[in-house]
Amino acid sequence: MSRGLRLIPIILLVWILLTFAWKLIQPEDSTVRSQLVNREVPQFALPAGVPGTPALSSADLATGEPRLLNFFASWCVPCVAEAPTLERMRAQGVKIDGIAVRDTPGAVAAFLDRHGNPYQRIGADRHSSVQLALGSSGVPETFVVDGKGVIRFQFLGPIGSADLPTVMRELEKAK
Amino acid sequence: MIPETGLAALWLAAALSLLGLFLSVGHVRGMLDAERAVRALAIVQGLLCLFAFLALLIVFARTDLSVALVFENSHSAKPFIYKVAGAWGNHEGSMLLWVTVLGLSGAALSAMSRQLPPRTLIAALGAQAALALGFHAFLLFASNPFARLSPAPVEGRGLNPLLQDPGLAFHPPTLYLGYVGLSVAFSIAVGAMLAGDVDRRLARAMRPWVLGAWIFLTLGITAGSYWAYYELGWGGWWFWDPVENASLMPWLAATALLHSVAVLAARDALKAWTMMLAVIAFSMSMVGTFLVRSGVLTSVHAFAVDPTRGAFILALLGVYVTAAFVLFAVRAGTLREGAPFELVSREAGIVVNNLLLTVILGVVFIGTLYPLLAEALSGEKLSVGAPYFNAVAGPLAILLGLLLAVGPLLGWRREKRPIAPKLTVPGLFAACTLVIAFLGLPDASILSKLGLALAAGLLPAAILPLIGRNPLRAPLATWGMAIAHLGAAVSVGGMAADSSLTTEKLTAARPGETVDVGPWLVKFQGVNPVAGPNWTAVEAELRASRGGGVHVLRPQSRFFTSPPTETNEAAIQTLLAGQLYTVLGPSDDEGRYQLRLWWKPMVTLIWFGGAMVAFGGLLAMLGHTRRAWRKRKAVAE
Repeated sequence: MSRGLRLIPIILLVWILLTFAWKLIQPEDSTVRSQLVNREVPQFALPAGVPGTPALSSADLATGEPRLLNFFASWCVPCVAEAPTLERMRAQGVKIDGIAVRDTPGAVAAFLDRHGNPYQRIGADRHSSVQLALGSSGVPETFVVDGKGVIRFQFLGPIGSADLPTVMRELEKAK
Repeated sequence: MIPETGLAALWLAAALSLLGLFLSVGHVRGMLDAERAVRALAIVQGLLCLFAFLALLIVFARTDLSVALVFENSHSAKPFIYKVAGAWGNHEGSMLLWVTVLGLSGAALSAMSRQLPPRTLIAALGAQAALALGFHAFLLFASNPFARLSPAPVEGRGLNPLLQDPGLAFHPPTLYLGYVGLSVAFSIAVGAMLAGDVDRRLARAMRPWVLGAWIFLTLGITAGSYWAYYELGWGGWWFWDPVENASLMPWLAATALLHSVAVLAARDALKAWTMMLAVIAFSMSMVGTFLVRSGVLTSVHAFAVDPTRGAFILALLGVYVTAAFVLFAVRAGTLREGAPFELVSREAGIVVNNLLLTVILGVVFIGTLYPLLAEALSGEKLSVGAPYFNAVAGPLAILLGLLLAVGPLLGWRREKRPIAPKLTVPGLFAACTLVIAFLGLPDASILSKLGLALAAGLLPAAILPLIGRNPLRAPLATWGMAIAHLGAAVSVGGMAADSSLTTEKLTAARPGETVDVGPWLVKFQGVNPVAGPNWTAVEAELRASRGGGVHVLRPQSRFFTSPPTETNEAAIQTLLAGQLYTVLGPSDDEGRYQLRLWWKPMVTLIWFGGAMVAFGGLLAMLGHTRRAWRKRKAVAE
């Protein structure tokens, strides 16, 4: 082993130690936002989440006008609280697509029968893979996607009626 | 008085380690003969640490609220066992435990490692004293566990029922024994490089230490994994969380080390590499301690975060690891490699084993630190999770498993006989399982299918080293190896079964409804209110059956008052065939509750296999120690 080679571990070590030291003096920030805001939606193509509503792929999101992409599930209780708000937005002409996370077609159909179906398209994300790809950490969660298929805004948790203006403003900004 | 006595013992121990360090430097440089003094100092220093730790235990057992640490972490109404466990359930106490284990390891090294050449032993004790000195300074200057409060408060603040869990009480000490136990291998390696004396005797002296630390690490990781499994409520058993990785990395290094040290012990080869691994293994322990204690990486395990303490540990880590690396860079060239070996031999098998383990270690290390490095270079925040780790480390682990079937069958130096015929049975097992997995489990990932096949093949392969001779007369160490390898197969089988056979049901149900998951019909009987010391809960009654008897499960959804938090207590029914895992979530206005149900066939094998691995390690350690002891006795006679 030449002397230069033997120094490589030491150089790597010093580099890592310096990075640690740098991080220690950084202020703490623990909120985790999706890294994909202001980036294009990653490519995906999901099968239909429920019979009767079309399936959803990433290409369907770039339609020239802003849309909402809503992660929901029939097993998710907060999603029930969100359903009326989504329904109101749909009535106001907002285009909403849904992704059903870890769900079955039967359960989704029952959920939509009970709480209304605000969605134009619904994809079935059986193993949360699209959810992970979009950097979403829970259900429900909603993204504003602009006409070119670029994510403009991420909303964590259920959209209540108090949050409605925020989401509508973001949709307006995305035009 | 007791806290002051404990603090005095710590100062004295620090002073003795400083003295021990000076004397051992003098001895190794040939300026004075201090062999007996250095050895005695190591023992006294270890006992003083133990004394200080016992003092802390007493203070906690008596709930002496004039001590700040007790006030913050204990409460007079706590059950006694958790009062005592509270001593190490906080930063200062756990660092005192760390230092105590370090000191006792030094004492044990001094008392028991007679087979080491004296100069190497004194140099190793010097290295151990240097380590102790730094961590003593950390305790005394940045984390004093015995600081007093005046006036003493009337009641403590620490009645957090979340932390009152037997798993949490004994998990940290187990891991610490593993982490810090590796310090001895580090010190022996440093001592041997300083004294220029790396040979088989050294490897034999180092091996029990590596095995001992490795057993505790294995147990600690296994227990930690089960704790996360039942506590976090999502049915996962490994999350690739930075704190989990912090314990996995030293384990990977120690596993590689205990294999390479066997080569050095038996064949006098792989000298430089073994020394490097010994340095890396303990360095990973220090990196792990740093990651956990500094909070530089976002983790689900939120511990007290303090940048000054982080900086202190970082400085210690930097000094020790850099010094060891520089020593290695200077001395590695002078180590003559010993006996040569051929391409098909036990040595070559272990070299490949080490290569794979080191690459997996690198993969985990890079994945764990990448978010940090990326943020430092580009300011971008990102996270690295299971998709990366599984995709990169998984196939390497499969290769390692294949090697595990072959390696132990190879002879030292070179294998003349063909080994393929011996592997017919394991090969058939694996092939049949693979075919069944492909036909029966079309949805399972390719990795889990391969894992199932591998486990099926490894079960017979692991016991092959015991076959062909009288198993009762096989050395204990061989038994240990076979059982540890068998445990690895069992654990891999459990992991693959969990990811391919698990059925999951997430649903919102009303009391009275019946939900099916896998072969089970689960009837949701109803919910009852339950109350604890500072929480109230809704407890569901679930009646699960699959034809035979009925099992009643009672998962809870708990609401804590201060601070207001909500947690889920999973209810788990363990059966021979697997576990039924149930979680109760929040409810809606219409009286429906979120239920999460999993049927996990064979999942318990993951932890059962882990325990087998540790037990195999224990047998190997006993076997090697007994042989060394007999040999010494024979020489003495």
